[in-house]
Amino acid sequence: MTELTKLTLAEARDGLRKKKFSAAELTQAFLEAIAGANPALNAYVLPTPELALAQAKASDKRLKEGKARPLEGLPLGNKDLFCTLDLRTTACSKILDDFRPTYESAVGANLWDAGAVMLGKLNCDEFAMGSSNETSAFGPVISPWRRKGTSDKLVPGGSSGGSSAAVAADLCLAATATDTGGSIRQPAALTGTVGIKPTYGRCSRWGIVAFASSLDQAGPIAKTVQDAAIMLKAMASHDPRDSTSVDTPVPDYETALAEGVKGLRIGVPKEYRVKGMSEEIDKLWSQGIAWLKAAGATIHDISLPHTKYALPAYYIIAPAEASSNLARYDGMRYGLRETGKDLIDTYERTRGAGFGKEVRRRILIGTYVLSAGYYDAYYLKAQKVRSLIKRDFDEAWNTVDVVLTPTTPSPAFAFGEKSGDPIAMYLEDIFTVTVNMAGLPGISVPAGLSSEGTPLGLQLIGKPFDEATLFRAAKAIEDAAGRVTVGERWWEASTKPGTTAPAAKAKKPPAAKKTKGRKK
Amino acid sequence: MQVDEATVRRIARLARIKITEEEAKGLVKELSGILNWVEQLSEVDTSAVEPMTRVVPIELKKREDAVTDGGKAKDILKNAPMTEDGFFVVPKIVE
Repeated sequence: MTELTKLTLAEARDGLRKKKFSAAELTQAFLEAIAGANPALNAYVLPTPELALAQAKASDKRLKEGKARPLEGLPLGNKDLFCTLDLRTTACSKILDDFRPTYESAVGANLWDAGAVMLGKLNCDEFAMGSSNETSAFGPVISPWRRKGTSDKLVPGGSSGGSSAAVAADLCLAATATDTGGSIRQPAALTGTVGIKPTYGRCSRWGIVAFASSLDQAGPIAKTVQDAAIMLKAMASHDPRDSTSVDTPVPDYETALAEGVKGLRIGVPKEYRVKGMSEEIDKLWSQGIAWLKAAGATIHDISLPHTKYALPAYYIIAPAEASSNLARYDGMRYGLRETGKDLIDTYERTRGAGFGKEVRRRILIGTYVLSAGYYDAYYLKAQKVRSLIKRDFDEAWNTVDVVLTPTTPSPAFAFGEKSGDPIAMYLEDIFTVTVNMAGLPGISVPAGLSSEGTPLGLQLIGKPFDEATLFRAAKAIEDAAGRVTVGERWWEASTKPGTTAPAAKAKKPPAAKKTKGRKK
Repeated sequence: MQVDEATVRRIARLARIKITEEEAKGLVKELSGILNWVEQLSEVDTSAVEPMTRVVPIELKKREDAVTDGGKAKDILKNAPMTEDGFFVVPKIVE
């Protein structure tokens, strides 16, 4: 059944409509693939096979009756940052413990209302804080990719590392993800998948565990540009419950793909040629320029002078907002409680035990920059710098339609290579973070392989709410570069062909003592 | 900006996070490193710049001032570590 899981979302959609296979068969193929691969890759923290099969059965009925919705019967993975009705949602943190929301996220509800099937909840960095998936309380996700001739475990990127690994390893057709500083685009680049962070306000943030509210945005990770276009159309909506969600129509991104890039003006910002960027990345960038030119676009040198300040400003704004958002985890209303000698001691023990190292570090930075006497020097200053970053882009849009940059400064790295030094890890986001700061849409598209045989991505940045143009430009790169897929499916080696893999089990939340209370 | 151990402890207290002696020492180095690194923002002249407050220039939507939600006490208490008679049970705060 591996063949079914290798289909793209668009191919699976067409196959279902032509009755080549049923939604139940398709879903079953994915559930078996997950059961076989998850012990090695750790992409899912909560597979939901019963729900998936029930949804697939309902989809088959609709398909039969000719009442198929846009994503009818298509199995997806859902990042564990999205709240799921009655299903454990943890943000991959111990502090949420066994939290079972009494509601579904707006983006999730949009997908299931469009007929999609949920295969399970996907691993990610704790509270989406990380670039390697090493901060998850459930342990890291292992990338399906390996360097040529080695078996070193590589990171799938982060924070949406479960989403990127699951899509790259054919453990779902596409996945939800979120991006605060690069958490969709960087993992997509490192796994040979397509990831788009839409304009701030395009998708509702309602029901997504908050990290930094002025930067967080949901988007898909998918196998192809077309698949990402189909996914975003279904995920995006205006939602009165998120006051920052924007009430503007969602175009049909899939049909826009056919328009091509003839006459499109592509900007190449000189400030992205940073010190220490690998030669390979530089070459890839030039290749991308050549491809777009060959497809009929025109190339223009531009300047975005405040680029270098985006990352330091981000590491003031994001921790500041995180420290405020994460104040709600106090052990009183939901999640973990570690009882201490009094109220303050209970708060401190709960938050000390519940939050991992990186999350604690960021809360402390955020608390410091917001503390008395420092607000103007840090947060306000960073918000002013943010205005300048946005202004750079506003000026660029006078002469270009899209900006082309690399997605990451280097190819996928191995575990532990950057985890000792927070700033080395933060530099992973150097090309992606400007986009969040300015609220713009950005897409990462695979553009080839490194000399190590691992994927590399190019990023396209667009005007506010002009995702359609981004998809068109990304398609031109995809057409020229071709899709990259994992060569050796090493994670399947442990499951013998023909035997049924044991049912995937939900990963237990990591051990944390908790106070047993009287539950009503 | 160099932070000392006392500052780290004060911040941890403000953030209501228990940290060990050893962690406090490590955090002195890490937080100082990060704060030194963000210091480069002082190079940027922002004297005539307004802070960014919104990403897209939209007017926030208003709705009628009416009750649209509620009556969900059970839902709200569902995930609480401790409850009694429809209330959250929390450590004693008044003697």
